[in-house]
Amino acid sequence: MSTASLLLDPTGSAEGGSGPTLLRIATAGSVDDGKSTLIGRLLHDTKSVLADQLASVEAASRQRGWKGELADLALLTDGLRAEREQGITIDVAYRYFATATRSYVLADTPGHVQYTRNTVTGASTADVVTVLVDARNGVVEQTRRHLAIAGLLRVPHLVVALNKIDLVENPQQVHEEVVSQLEEIARTLSIADLRVVPVSALHGDNVVTPSEKTPWYTGPTLLDLLESFPGGQDLREGPFRLPVQLVIRPQQGAVDPAHVDYRGYAGLITSGSIAVGDEVGVAGSGRRTRVVGIDRGPESVDRAEAGIAVTLRLADDLDASRGDLIAGGDLPVTAESTTAVLCWLAEKPLVPGARVLVKHGTSTVQARVTALLEKLDIAALERVPAEQGELNDLVRVELAFAQPLPLEPYGASREGGSFIVIDPQSGTTLAAGMVGAELRA
Amino acid sequence: MTTVARPPQELGAPTSLLDALESEGIHIIREVVAELERPVMLFSGGKDSVVMLHLAVKAFWPAPVPFPVLHVDTGHNFPEVLEFRDRTVERLGVELKVARVQDYLDDGRLEERADGTRNPLQTLPLLDGIEDGRHDAVFGGGRRDEDKARAKERVVSLRNSFGHWDPKNQRPELWHLYNTRHRPGEHVRVFPLSNWTELDVWRYIAREGIELPSLYYAHEREVVERDGMLLSPGEIVPLREGEATSVRTVRYRTVGDVSCTGAVPSEARDVEAVLAEVAATTVSERGATRADDRISEAAMEDRKKEGYF
Repeated sequence: MSTASLLLDPTGSAEGGSGPTLLRIATAGSVDDGKSTLIGRLLHDTKSVLADQLASVEAASRQRGWKGELADLALLTDGLRAEREQGITIDVAYRYFATATRSYVLADTPGHVQYTRNTVTGASTADVVTVLVDARNGVVEQTRRHLAIAGLLRVPHLVVALNKIDLVENPQQVHEEVVSQLEEIARTLSIADLRVVPVSALHGDNVVTPSEKTPWYTGPTLLDLLESFPGGQDLREGPFRLPVQLVIRPQQGAVDPAHVDYRGYAGLITSGSIAVGDEVGVAGSGRRTRVVGIDRGPESVDRAEAGIAVTLRLADDLDASRGDLIAGGDLPVTAESTTAVLCWLAEKPLVPGARVLVKHGTSTVQARVTALLEKLDIAALERVPAEQGELNDLVRVELAFAQPLPLEPYGASREGGSFIVIDPQSGTTLAAGMVGAELRA
Repeated sequence: MTTVARPPQELGAPTSLLDALESEGIHIIREVVAELERPVMLFSGGKDSVVMLHLAVKAFWPAPVPFPVLHVDTGHNFPEVLEFRDRTVERLGVELKVARVQDYLDDGRLEERADGTRNPLQTLPLLDGIEDGRHDAVFGGGRRDEDKARAKERVVSLRNSFGHWDPKNQRPELWHLYNTRHRPGEHVRVFPLSNWTELDVWRYIAREGIELPSLYYAHEREVVERDGMLLSPGEIVPLREGEATSVRTVRYRTVGDVSCTGAVPSEARDVEAVLAEVAATTVSERGATRADDRISEAAMEDRKKEGYF
């Protein structure tokens, strides 16, 4: 299975392991659970906040009457005026930091139900989703919603940070209760890897530094846990896939007259690897040929692998163009219909028969929602009948396409099985789609 | 922008962070060129725009870069940067368009600000340049690590017909499936370097052997210290009463409007030395060198909402 961190995943699992690896984290959780504070704490305690940034946050904290220690670290990521005024997170903020071990991209996502689309944005490319739970409230509906989304998106690792652990009377008991609730949820949602760490984001307990206040907890701190995760799945192990973005044919416009006859298929390798001499074909056509050259700009290479943008030169003209999938091994079959789970992200309701656009790989086609099969009741985590889909609903549907697409099950390939649904009128992104996914176990 | 030859990648060696970032940027640029009619790339001669143009050259080689570049010229330029700009587009055979703030000041469409800074004045010429060129996509070199408002920006970000950004109502951006759809009059801003940090940019410049304007490297320069910043005195930055100049060894971390872009003391005379310096820094790029971003904690957000880069 691929991870959505394809482009930024340096696949550090390979032998040799030179160079920094990268882990993409998204935070989720309900309003006021302390997500931004936790990220601020991670940045601060890993010494990733530059002097002028900290000075600016300290000044802003004082201005807002901050009485606590240090500063209001949430201000490090709540970058919009409206966010600072309301003390909430509206949209994803991306932050970058590094430890001795690896580099991190942190996506701080909103807790409000109305901004769930931004949470999905952050989670779709994450290796790890950290869901915050306020120890005083325990597991709430937003916890279940965010775990369901992260589970459906097949984020490889989920961590619940049980925050404000210092504010409850029997922290150990609260911790045990939450763990047992989460075990049940993980079973229901087929979540393979879910860990729980009791923390205080405000005071820094168990974030980067182990806490003396939680002697009953002997597990790793949040940062130690993050450091221990492998940096995503190794996409190079899958079959070779390259969705064609463009055909490069300079003709008389070539930078160098030697290239007037150049023809290359430009795209990003989304899985597997390719070497000069390998046989490839176009999904849906059955035409096959051999790779005679792999170019990365003016530089030719002997081989290239998942995550690398290349231009392929082929022995024979395959009549491939944008939207086609060049593949190695068994060519994926193309389909004119599929079932899929949609994460509906628009105010406009999802109705049976809706005409939409679907973008899959580099292909955008007209599509129709032929049936709504069921949706997930977040409170009960049960499948219920769906007459229409509302904002933030997770709905299983049937789709038909005007042109066949080389779809792969999302469970087998996060790249080959993901698509977005676009409103043909407004151009808005309506939904995230996962081919062949199920709502629950 | 010459590419230093490298041996083919060893089988089994993990994809490096720089290869991944380069590929992400190239992928984004190609998607936009494939889906939109009239893209344009902002190019100032600053290091981020130089790296972005380098990615564009690689993305389409051996075909030429299939869009023009646009420089919004404040008129407050470092001469080394203008010379570098012209030489670069000449060498690459790229069409250069220039939108001049000075033209707007001359005919009264804009007025000089009291503080003399022209960075905020760039928005109107930029928007006019986009409209006049009927551009539906504008590539910018913005990075999310630069500023809190930029950290909120999508890779492909919609602008309404006034060029305005609505940060509270951004489209979801899922996986690597960029949605470039827009209505007539709207356009998208595209940030291929979104996930790069200042250090990544310098590492990439070193790896690829990319040429930059000389003032990015340490040199002797006459400077005046003002508000904690080292400015370059002259016609644009006249000396105030009581100010004295001194000759210091400095370099620039960013290049922009001469009146508000400060130099930093540095002995880093080549790219390796700059890399070492950037890796050890304790002050952010904008905090060190941009007076205009110190105005308020929302300075960048306010400019961006109005249509700034």
